[in-house]
Amino acid sequence: MTTLTDAPAAGTSSPAAVSLVQRFERGLDAPICLTWELTYACNLSCVHCLSSSGRRDPRELSTAQCEAIIDELQAMQVFYVNIGGGEPTVRPDFWHLLQYAVDRHVGVKFSTNGVRLDRARARQLARTDYVDVQVSLDGATAEVNDRVRGRGSFAMALRALDNLAEAGFRDAKVSVVVTRENAGQLDQFQRIADDHGATLRLTRLRPSGRGADVWDELHPTAQQQRDLYDWLVGAGEKVLTGDSFFHLAGFGEKLPGLNLCGAGRVVCLIDPVGDVYACPFTIHETFRAGNVVADGGFAPVWRTSELFRELREPQSGGACSSCGFYDACRGGCMAAKFFTGLPLDGPDPECVQGYGQQALADPGRTVPAADHDHSHRTGRRARSAGEPVLVQIGPPPTAVAAVPIAVTAPPVPACAENPLAGFTPTG
Amino acid sequence: MLPGAAADEVDTILDEAWELSRVVALRPEPFGALAYHFDNRRLIFLKRPELVEVVRGLGAAPDVRTALTRAGVPAGQWAAYARALRGLAEADVIRHRETPGEAR
Repeated sequence: MTTLTDAPAAGTSSPAAVSLVQRFERGLDAPICLTWELTYACNLSCVHCLSSSGRRDPRELSTAQCEAIIDELQAMQVFYVNIGGGEPTVRPDFWHLLQYAVDRHVGVKFSTNGVRLDRARARQLARTDYVDVQVSLDGATAEVNDRVRGRGSFAMALRALDNLAEAGFRDAKVSVVVTRENAGQLDQFQRIADDHGATLRLTRLRPSGRGADVWDELHPTAQQQRDLYDWLVGAGEKVLTGDSFFHLAGFGEKLPGLNLCGAGRVVCLIDPVGDVYACPFTIHETFRAGNVVADGGFAPVWRTSELFRELREPQSGGACSSCGFYDACRGGCMAAKFFTGLPLDGPDPECVQGYGQQALADPGRTVPAADHDHSHRTGRRARSAGEPVLVQIGPPPTAVAAVPIAVTAPPVPACAENPLAGFTPTG
Repeated sequence: MLPGAAADEVDTILDEAWELSRVVALRPEPFGALAYHFDNRRLIFLKRPELVEVVRGLGAAPDVRTALTRAGVPAGQWAAYARALRGLAEADVIRHRETPGEAR
């Protein structure tokens, strides 16, 4: 077995052999990695929520519309879908849709903060094939986690993991967005995963949604990025990353995964109202490819959207093309650049060679305004006890309000799980 | 046969009966196919349309040699294909059939 990073097959039977990376850059007939956010409603109000979730949108797709999408995914052979939100399990038809999908061999990986994963649901999940569960946790301690995700959210996530383990659900995922505050807790996260027979999944903090408001304070420092990279190299394929950290490839060796931006090529997002975006981190009009209702389904959007056609054209390295590491990191994450106001053909804001910091220092830089917001109206700006307290100095408040609010860390693409059966016939 | 064994060594897999695993689905793609293993959740990329044709034909062929012939693969490439099939077997994309003959 080889990996995607291999040289193009130099086969004799196919004259213009093209590498898989090039194929992926041109896009596939159907996504490998499709994220579908079922609702903007959420019981939490995480400060870094990519989709600025909180309140349900009255235009959210009906059960029948969701079933029609699943039928289409089955026909397109999208083997699994990453379901998130919002908190997907608060949709009353969530469990029905999950069963509807797995019955049609569309596997479901869903992200949750654990709010509905009681013992009965955990047992139900343990009996269901083709289901993966990702429980979001952004601190290995309640103190670190709850500052970002809201008071009580650590206990809620751990209870869900306990229930899954007790029910015999195999290999749940503990899904962590790496921040400045939890970057030193990787070993502790690993222990939590191990204790629950689960797999650790680390993903990158993006300046998308409410993440834009906290990115400056929360994104890992340069030293933390280095330490994270070393830790990931040491962990190998034992830890999942959803190809999240390919910008770190500029440190040297590539991490497991595709190591390219899959937006609109192998990845996309369907949001709760049926809008299709290039990736889960780009909920913004600039990256909206179409709508599954208005455009006659998901397949037409995937196959004929003008935006996706552009994204599948060869991308120039722009300001990065003269950098010796461009082939490794390929300029990093489009969403991270866009939402920090950097040019899309320049360095990632967290470029490990330091070019991102230079770009961020440009006085002419303008951060784009958010054009989607489903945050609870009582969110950060009118905070009440029980909600995340990231910007507060000092210990968190002790008063516990009724129910905290916000979003599970969005389901980051979980594709790129090699191996590749590539080979080169030489005869 | 271990990966990396000599290319000219005739792999015994050629005389064996194999088939696509029942827990694996193939999705056609311009480069060949994408295989998804529903049990271990792995994605595997078959990087050549010719290999996809061979894999699809395994179950209906008494042995690998026949599947290769039916797919029009020149005998000179059989060793390379045998290695690729060993890789797919390791990933449980294809499974050994005990009884030779037409499986499905």
